[in-house]
Amino acid sequence: MNDKLALSDDILMKIEKPERYIGHEVNSVVKDKEKVNVRFAMCFPDVYEIGMSHLGIQILYDMFNAMEDVWCERVYSPWVDLDAIMRKEQIPLFALESQDPIKDFDFLGITIQYEMCYTNILQVLDLSQIPLIATERGEDCPIVIGGGPCVYNPEPIAEFFDLFYIGEGETRYGDLIALYKECRREGTGREEFLRRAARIPGMYVPRFYEAAYHVDGTLASFTPTEEGIPTTVLKEVEMDVTHTSYPMKPVVPFIKVTQDRVVLEIQRGCIRGCRFCQAGQLYRPVRERDADTLKQYALEMLKNTGHEEISLSSLSSSDYSKLPELIDFLIEECGKRKINISLPSLRIDAFSLDVMSKVQDVKKTSLTFAPEAGSQRLRNVINKGLTEEDIIRGATLAFEGGWTRVKLYFMLGQPTETEEDIRGIAELSNKIAATFFDVVPKEKRTNGKVQIVTSTSFFVPKPFTPFQWASQCTKEEFIEKAYFTKRAISEQLNQKSIKYNWHEADASVLEGVLARGDRRIAKVLMKLYEKGCFYDAWGEYFDNDKWMEAFAECGVDPAFYSNRERPLDELFPWDFIDCGVTKDYLKREWEKAQREETSENCRQHCQGCGASRFGGGVCLEVRGD
Amino acid sequence: MVLRIKFRKYGPIRFIGHLDVMRFFQKLNRRAELDVAYSGGFSPHQIMSFAAPLGVGLESNGEYMDLQVHSIVSCEDVRERMNAASVPGIEVVDVKILPENAGNAMASVAAASYTVRFREGREPDFMQNKPMEEVLGAFLQRESICITKETKKSVREVDLKPGIYEFTWDKDAFHMLVDASSSGNIKPAQIFQALLADHGETLKENALVITREDTFTDIGENGEQRLVPLNDIGMDDAAKKGAEA
Repeated sequence: MNDKLALSDDILMKIEKPERYIGHEVNSVVKDKEKVNVRFAMCFPDVYEIGMSHLGIQILYDMFNAMEDVWCERVYSPWVDLDAIMRKEQIPLFALESQDPIKDFDFLGITIQYEMCYTNILQVLDLSQIPLIATERGEDCPIVIGGGPCVYNPEPIAEFFDLFYIGEGETRYGDLIALYKECRREGTGREEFLRRAARIPGMYVPRFYEAAYHVDGTLASFTPTEEGIPTTVLKEVEMDVTHTSYPMKPVVPFIKVTQDRVVLEIQRGCIRGCRFCQAGQLYRPVRERDADTLKQYALEMLKNTGHEEISLSSLSSSDYSKLPELIDFLIEECGKRKINISLPSLRIDAFSLDVMSKVQDVKKTSLTFAPEAGSQRLRNVINKGLTEEDIIRGATLAFEGGWTRVKLYFMLGQPTETEEDIRGIAELSNKIAATFFDVVPKEKRTNGKVQIVTSTSFFVPKPFTPFQWASQCTKEEFIEKAYFTKRAISEQLNQKSIKYNWHEADASVLEGVLARGDRRIAKVLMKLYEKGCFYDAWGEYFDNDKWMEAFAECGVDPAFYSNRERPLDELFPWDFIDCGVTKDYLKREWEKAQREETSENCRQHCQGCGASRFGGGVCLEVRGD
Repeated sequence: MVLRIKFRKYGPIRFIGHLDVMRFFQKLNRRAELDVAYSGGFSPHQIMSFAAPLGVGLESNGEYMDLQVHSIVSCEDVRERMNAASVPGIEVVDVKILPENAGNAMASVAAASYTVRFREGREPDFMQNKPMEEVLGAFLQRESICITKETKKSVREVDLKPGIYEFTWDKDAFHMLVDASSSGNIKPAQIFQALLADHGETLKENALVITREDTFTDIGENGEQRLVPLNDIGMDDAAKKGAEA
């Protein structure tokens, strides 16, 4: 047993949840460091409980550790209490398994799942005692790699990374590790390794590209600075999702983390094409895992972890073609083993309600609808194929089945939104409450009444969506819209049954700036970090004033990135990345949105998005058209 | 049937809190594929009971939990399965079958024994210049050893004296056997606070390295105390079969 701990007893006794930092979890992998060639630190730049809940890291951790001469370990952002101690005592950030400093590793891989964690990336680099700027790193520094959905526009953080891996991690890490070993044998040095790495499909090495800008601030050109560096980077995609690696022995944390359960990823991608949704475009084409394989995975993972719950993961579980078969199997097997089943992202219909009533206590759970917009007109604009009829029908069935709590999710500030559309949020909430009183006779209302929780978030336009050209609302507009929603709800007949929640507007605006930012944002992030900002994804540590100061001091206008509606011919900072769907297709969808026209989903009718070039998944299915 | 399971907790695992140790065993029991009994309802849970919670940072050679099961192959088989599904730092050392009338682990706790050392540089001065036998002798001869105990609700004075059953020094460590019942639980640090106060000293932060050696129940009759380790109560399956025959 490795008894070594990077932190002293005194520190561990003083901080919150020392379990975050001591490793030793069930299924964590410990190798003999003398017998491995490559040491890889895999980082989620947020607190342990969030990072440990992320499936992607578990997949890559398993994949790397299956390579005999690679040892992959985990590292997360130290919480603010330990952060302060590590700075004061100059303790270098360490990996959980070996407790060795990150700076001694060959690679530091950082998964980037949301924009508001960018300052935490700087925290991780800084605590690791690695220079923040990639080109200032010496030969002895780890190669810092970024991956995950945010790297589809890596430009705001490009300066901080040696390399970005664009796309799904299963396909090219083997090649990258082999190249690394080759370069080490040859003694080529860091720069040459990166130069060669840039030729591996899916790899983007920011230092070999140059951006030039027009006087109006928009991007004029983005080009490689050397011969042999590709002008576009096509995302990597794992086409055989059934036979690729999947962690049969995920690490089981001691402390309760957000996702404290077995996670079964049933498919990748989504057929729906909601126009605000980035994931729906990035993960095309939809690829299903074989149901029999999933059944076997479920049992093996439950056995190996001892978790008491299993959850299905996908963007839209109801679209998985073998769902009934898989769920029947799980209900039977989990029943025997006293395992709970959690079923997120199910469309509410007779089938899903039947299933849910079998696996959860109807009285204690709520049903979730995500209409995303209040009127049919706006739902057509955003291509959310859910009608009021669908919702009322689903709610009727649910109320008949005993449910009394309904959650509704909407987005405010989507393109073309009017007051009428917003009023629709209140009216739909009211209609659902009225449905309850119509459907459930007085004597059967066990809890007495119905509870509708209506939540709105603010729309953030994302790269590689049909709304990438759209203007984002200002903070003031957002707040006004939230007040309008609140007022409209209070005017409803059943307003007492409706509770309204809305998100903070500040962070949504900044998320919008970072999502569509360019290389000039990096200095703002540096400035912010110098001001002591990190954990910006956490409301209690997010300080909007500091962000505004940083923008002002760097002479960067956030509105240029968020408010501006972009012309169709503008060159975007992320256009050098080919995410699988074409800009032409996105333009067609943007134009259809403005005409309030919907598009059918991948199974109904191919929209010619471009993902069929990968030659698999839903694109090869026999369709009904 | 109810099993009484004795385990050790050591190394980095000493920083895992009590509630998380409970969660750890719930998952461990599933990995070990024990035939555990569950409560009813929509979220069934394993029927288990832990003896005395161990503070974060302490090691132990004598932790206990009771676990209700439908069947076992043998006590030894349970022990082996659990250890195969465990991590280094949590080791099951003994499994017994409890008699039907036995109280649960938590309610049975009467006392606990500890080995205590001072961390280097945090020893009280009197350890340098006075024989420890003398120091402890004088301390235990006091009529009462009162400390103030602060809880969320109140501040009250408690007398530790009746709860200190043994307190000795042996070359490099202190050994103590003290009350660990729910009504009179004594923490080793409380005793050292009182001892140091006698010499005009205060306990330095995180000064003590504490190992719980065992946890005891009282099987004495007529008010007479007779402390035995919690796993003296049960029998292993072979002994049980013998007794039944």
